[in-house]
Amino acid sequence: MGENSLQLPGSIGLTRPRPFTETFPEWLHEWVVTVDHKRLGILYVLYAIFFLLVAGAEAIAIRIQLALPGSHFLTPQVYNRFFTMHGTTMVFLVGMPILFGFGNYIVPLQIGARDMAYPRLNAFSFWLTAFGGLFLYYSFLGGGGLYGVGSAPDVGWFAYAPLTARAFSPGHATDYWALALIASGFGTLGTAINIIATVVSMRCKGMTMMRVPLFSWLMLVVSGLTLVTITPLTAAQIMLVIDRYLGGHFFDTQAGGSAVVWMHFFWIFGHPEVYVLVLPAFAIANEVIPVFSRKAIFGYPAMVAASVGIAFVSLSVWAHHMFTVGMTSVSNTFFVLSTMLVGIPTGIKIFNWLATIWGGKIRFATPMLFLIAFLYQFLIAGLTGIMLAVAPWNWQLHNSYFVIAHFHYVLVGAIIFCIFGGIYYWYPKATGRMLDEKLGKWHFWLFLIGFHVTFDTMHFLGILGMPRSIYTYQPDRGWNTLNLVVSSGGMIQAIAVLLFAFNLIWSYRHGPEAGNDPWDAWTLEWDTTSPPPPYNFAEDPVVRSRRPLWDLKHPEDPDWEYES
Amino acid sequence: MSAASPIPAAYPGEWRTPSRGRVAMFALIIGESALFTIFVVAYIFYIGKSLSGPTPQILEVPVFSTVCLLSSSLTIMLAERALRRSRIGVFALWLGGTIGLGLTFLGGTAIEWHKLIYHDGLKINTNLFGTTYYSLVGLHATHVVIGLMMLTTVFLFTLARKMGEQHSERIAVLAMYWHFVDTVWVVVFTVVYIVGR
Repeated sequence: MGENSLQLPGSIGLTRPRPFTETFPEWLHEWVVTVDHKRLGILYVLYAIFFLLVAGAEAIAIRIQLALPGSHFLTPQVYNRFFTMHGTTMVFLVGMPILFGFGNYIVPLQIGARDMAYPRLNAFSFWLTAFGGLFLYYSFLGGGGLYGVGSAPDVGWFAYAPLTARAFSPGHATDYWALALIASGFGTLGTAINIIATVVSMRCKGMTMMRVPLFSWLMLVVSGLTLVTITPLTAAQIMLVIDRYLGGHFFDTQAGGSAVVWMHFFWIFGHPEVYVLVLPAFAIANEVIPVFSRKAIFGYPAMVAASVGIAFVSLSVWAHHMFTVGMTSVSNTFFVLSTMLVGIPTGIKIFNWLATIWGGKIRFATPMLFLIAFLYQFLIAGLTGIMLAVAPWNWQLHNSYFVIAHFHYVLVGAIIFCIFGGIYYWYPKATGRMLDEKLGKWHFWLFLIGFHVTFDTMHFLGILGMPRSIYTYQPDRGWNTLNLVVSSGGMIQAIAVLLFAFNLIWSYRHGPEAGNDPWDAWTLEWDTTSPPPPYNFAEDPVVRSRRPLWDLKHPEDPDWEYES
Repeated sequence: MSAASPIPAAYPGEWRTPSRGRVAMFALIIGESALFTIFVVAYIFYIGKSLSGPTPQILEVPVFSTVCLLSSSLTIMLAERALRRSRIGVFALWLGGTIGLGLTFLGGTAIEWHKLIYHDGLKINTNLFGTTYYSLVGLHATHVVIGLMMLTTVFLFTLARKMGEQHSERIAVLAMYWHFVDTVWVVVFTVVYIVGR
């Protein structure tokens, strides 16, 4: 692609950033004080990948412990800390930062802006999140309290009362959990506000709301959902801190408080949180699938409506995590029905993606491979979700490995696959070099096989009655072979992720040059250099349709003739 | 922002997007509303569930403080209008009035809490009522303090003659926050002093 043939009116002056000759302290200083949305986006993603490796190592330790019955690889205390930290890390230090990292990097480029609406708030939010994560992990050193060194939180990622009361969780481990998440929660709130202000107020000329690319649209929806999702958790954790430090009684059953109130508050956060994580994954799918099918997205308005619909419905489903607590039949029925309602907008999305692929000229590059796997796996994850939404079925399988299998199918099979696809798709933009395609295919196939070996098998373990969070099990329960299979699948996934990490580093130096637009894509981020200059666009771009670069490449058949 | 693009005719008509300040403050208010909702729900759920100690009957309705806080919404509106018309002196006057009314409200809370702690023996760890009451009213008071800090900053800038008509958009955003704090007080007042008593 010629550098001059691909420019929108206005987006001129695409010189490569001048090569800096700077010392290491200067380089470091620039990254620490940066307010550039692209650098912060990269920092978010690197931070999340680091914690992905950490929490992945914790998962591997858990699986080694469970591979054989009666094992003593970990002590029971360490085991409890590891599954607590694995869950907390993956949700708060991997899932949210990496998705906000994508949002940070891509949204201003896609809407033709020079930066986020609030660059300094953006930097502040990142560092709050970053130090929240470090604070959480400091508990391994400082959370000792009564037990001496090495007492990370061990109350589960949902930290049910009354286990979190002073009497049952002495020391500071639980406080590290609450305070770290309050800090990173404020960071998340700041980023969400920033993305909303950016998408609403920073759009370039001609980009009406119905021309905003779907990735940015979904990031707007996610940010709106985050506003009302993360704050209830902050509120509940403030209450927990009041209970633990000031002798309050919110969750103190001895004084009339209620442990079930914590469950409600936690899941009022906890369930929409799943959609906060999965909607950005959908956002990535909305960009990658059309580009690699060589077709415009099918049903753009329906996709927008379905995303907003999912966000609203997701606010009224939280108590499906609590069927076994013993609610009234009316509550049970309500939450069964509202949960099943989620299937409708989600189904619309799956059909739209299929219709986009249908009849397209599909290119099976690595990003597309991950996204095709995502489509199948997300369908299965949705179906087991509907099974678990049926209250009697849930009574049977609640807190078994079936539930673990279901939500890992969503979190890994859908979200992580989309994230990998997204990284293969946008890495050339961020670094100027392509990721190695051969390593990418190895990464994809190994991860796919490992994923299915692990998480398909977990469903059967759940149906056979294996509960979650158990330290070990007797050899005569009939779970031995399946557990060994699950653990070996975990190893395959670990190898795949290490290959991926190697690819990220190796391709940074040795990958083929990407050029501005390696995928022949259609949104504005591909109209500038790779990596983009600090100011993104020398002049504000002007757009006339949802696919400005298509219009530019095909002046004889532009999109704006068809979009009303 | 809607900075004029140097390419005429490519996009006919003027291109305007909403003010980012207002959008961001609106988003913050939605988030804060969710935060307060959880505390209000906890307060309502725990009404009458205390096993011992003082009950909400000991509360006295803070009429004067409430009138002060709600009037401060009016004074900040007048301040905003004065700034839009470049009448800096009037702006400083109404801004100072807003700060004064906010401080009076906080003083009322201080007197009320002093009475509750030393006369009625109600502390945050006494019973569920104490826990929920001090958290909810305290959370609101924290927001009043944050608002007063921002208002005072603006006031100092005004005294240093740094404020002008060009800042009226920012003051409008700050006023949105202040109105929100007042609105929350209406909810807290209703729940704590009317429904819960």
